[in-house]
Amino acid sequence: MDLIRSQTWRANLTLGLLAGALILYCGAIGMIAAFDEREVVNDFISVGRLVLLATPFIVGYMAANRVKSAGGETITALVSGIVTGVLIALPSIILLLFNSDEFRFLLDWSLRLTPFVAATVVAWRMHGDSADTRLLVGTWLLVAVLLGIVLGSLALIFDVKGELRSVLVNINRDWVDVITFDNRGDLLMGIVTYGGMSLGSGLAGSIFYFFPRTPRRALTYGLGVTIVVGAFGETVRLVLQENLERDTLNTLFRRDTLRQSAALALFIISTVVGFLWAMYGQQVRKSVHNMDGSQRRTTRLISTLIFVAILLMLPWLIGRTLSDVAVTIGLFVLMGLGLNIAIGLAGLLDLGYVTNYAVGAYILAVLTSIGPLGLFKGTFTFWMVIPLALLAAMFAGFMFAVPVLRMRGDYLAIATLGFGEIIGKLAISDWLKPIIGGAQGVQAIQKPVFFGAELRNPEQLYYIVLVACLVTLFVSIRLNNSRTGRQWMAIREDEDVATAMGIDTARAKLLAFTLSAATGGVAGAIFAAKVGSVFPNSFTVFISINVLSLIIVGGIASNPGIVVGAIVLIGLPELLREFSDFRFLLYGALLIGMMINRPQGLIPSQIATHEIRSGVQAKAGAGG
Amino acid sequence: MEAGKKGLKKILVSNGMTKRFSGLVAVDNLDFYIPEGAIASIIGPNGAGKTTFFNCVTGFYQIDDGELMFDGTRLNGKTPDQITRSGIARTFQNIRLFNNMSAIENIMVGQEPHLKSTWLGSILGLPSTRREDEESEDRGRELLQFVGLEGKGDMLSKNLSYGDQRRLEIGRALASRPKLILLDEPTAGMNPRETIETTDFIRRLRDELDITVVLIEHDMRVVMDISEHITVLDYGRKIAEGLPEDIQRNPDVIEAYLGSGAAAAQAAI
Repeated sequence: MDLIRSQTWRANLTLGLLAGALILYCGAIGMIAAFDEREVVNDFISVGRLVLLATPFIVGYMAANRVKSAGGETITALVSGIVTGVLIALPSIILLLFNSDEFRFLLDWSLRLTPFVAATVVAWRMHGDSADTRLLVGTWLLVAVLLGIVLGSLALIFDVKGELRSVLVNINRDWVDVITFDNRGDLLMGIVTYGGMSLGSGLAGSIFYFFPRTPRRALTYGLGVTIVVGAFGETVRLVLQENLERDTLNTLFRRDTLRQSAALALFIISTVVGFLWAMYGQQVRKSVHNMDGSQRRTTRLISTLIFVAILLMLPWLIGRTLSDVAVTIGLFVLMGLGLNIAIGLAGLLDLGYVTNYAVGAYILAVLTSIGPLGLFKGTFTFWMVIPLALLAAMFAGFMFAVPVLRMRGDYLAIATLGFGEIIGKLAISDWLKPIIGGAQGVQAIQKPVFFGAELRNPEQLYYIVLVACLVTLFVSIRLNNSRTGRQWMAIREDEDVATAMGIDTARAKLLAFTLSAATGGVAGAIFAAKVGSVFPNSFTVFISINVLSLIIVGGIASNPGIVVGAIVLIGLPELLREFSDFRFLLYGALLIGMMINRPQGLIPSQIATHEIRSGVQAKAGAGG
Repeated sequence: MEAGKKGLKKILVSNGMTKRFSGLVAVDNLDFYIPEGAIASIIGPNGAGKTTFFNCVTGFYQIDDGELMFDGTRLNGKTPDQITRSGIARTFQNIRLFNNMSAIENIMVGQEPHLKSTWLGSILGLPSTRREDEESEDRGRELLQFVGLEGKGDMLSKNLSYGDQRRLEIGRALASRPKLILLDEPTAGMNPRETIETTDFIRRLRDELDITVVLIEHDMRVVMDISEHITVLDYGRKIAEGLPEDIQRNPDVIEAYLGSGAAAAQAAI
């Protein structure tokens, strides 16, 4: 009893049951069955099963960690791994029993007994110590009757007695197959297999905790790489396709999944690399740290050159499909860097950023289209319109900023949200239909022509986006570290005091909105040229929200953070396309998890150093 | 000693200054002056209108009646940034630094009235902009040294200790190279040793930088120790003005602070 009462055990039991409920939920919405379609390693393990087994492994590890840090015995830690492993499997096993023909009576009986059991527990907990038995009996009756009515009517409404499947459509054969490890015929065997697997995995997780640091890191790295490569097999194959012979590719992959031998080889190689890094990484980092000025500069130069070379060759390395994704990511990086001026630097929460995107897209569409709506039928080229799109977006940003200059925080956010909606409605309106085509949009937009060659593929458009991103990045870094940047930051931190410092805040805010809008216009124009047509439904509030999210996930006011944020939030959903409906669920879960565990973003912004540069070292203990 | 070092020139003058908050008169028909080059104090019980007075002078509030003159120009109707540019700097009762900026960046923002570079210049990296940035950084470092924060310039200001934050706020105010600095309770929340350090520091502002200092202060030892001119406010009105010795003996002041009984007792002694 003491064991169960202890804080650590309670926490571990809760953790196990929560994870079990999560697995059950994923099964009930059909995610596990859907993930089973995708194999990590050919004929060995699917993503669905991996979820079933990895969860107890991770939770077992966490449970062992909790026991050990509370000063528990090693054996207790291992037992907690086993117990959590079983608990994780429990909810799904119970549902499996309820769902089967032989054991369906269990569901019926548990439904019938629930009111009585629950009433006893509630009554005992509320009035167990009281001398008055009438209170006890009264509470018992009340709870029993109420729960009986609720459960009874639920059972009637959903006809649970008949088929669980009629309520939970995803509790079907596929799910049973995954959960029982293909023992649909022999249910007990299936339950024992799953329970045993989950138990073993939990135990393995808790044993893993006691591994020495170096092999543990190496194995984590090896497993991680293998799983990621396997789960994204289709993407990896697409990339390799560009660079490898068909025969070589076929020895590694069977259709889109990793062959067992290839997976094993990958696992061994990445483990060895992980091992080497865990052993010698510290030394490497230290030696980089100890380099003198000129050595450091050389190292930095070389790594920058390699990085630039990779950026330049990227379309050849990754092929057409992924280049398309890269262009989309690039467009969002552009917008992210722009919006970051308003949100990250000046603290102006602008939720109408899509406005600038739409302005840029429509300007390009109307000026360069050779269709019926094109104003000049090909007189204007892409390159001439890009600066116009930039100026138009800046003008729009300026005009929208004027009325909201006095607003702050939440009020500003709502007002800008309104502007975004206005633009969407204008684009689809009848009033502007003669110019921008209403719901039909503008078609036949000309592709950019570069020295006689038409840039129509994503591989070629990639370079336009790359140049735009690099220019924006350069401007953004310059501004970050300038008088103007500091004015914006001061306004973000405390607008009243910023005024008291002599800053003309109205002017600075106008500038922030205007400059922030510029890149949105460019991104919109490139988007229009890429797609070849522009429709109002491309310009929804979700663009604004996406740009905002990628800034927050990457790290507010952090330029590298924005690039990483765009890759994670825009690139990842594109790669997860085969998981169709569930990718937005995962996306949402990722956002929530991020905000709880790492609210400062993936790559938090760095403080610009001004004093260190002059050679003054921070005083000891000044670390704060 | 009387009225500071530069004789009787009055740097800040108010005539009949009044500020109302929907019926409540926070500052009532105040005639008032600060001698140039002095360390002057404004004292008074809680709610006497001291901080409101500061806010009126720095343009945070617009006065309803009367006139405010600084160094020969009218301050009425000017915005806070214009007033800062004309040479008045201030600190706040509850420290208001730019928390997520480094200490030196705070000071560089403080130099705002003297900066000329534009955003376009920064993007293009014009030589004049670069030069100004370098000068701005150099002056920032000098000021950090002056306020005793050398080596802490790259720390986020929210990570500085309380005393350092107070000093940084004064440093930021000094960065605008003001003629007049208004300090709102500079020693609030400090221990006796820190209080003495701050008092000495305030003297240095006047002696070394030639800045007229006005402080709001509750610690009477500090006030009596460094002030050369004291103004006492109560319910938005001026009840006394003069040298520390005179103020200490003034029955109206004692009454305002301790109640009428105490004044009678004082008189009896």
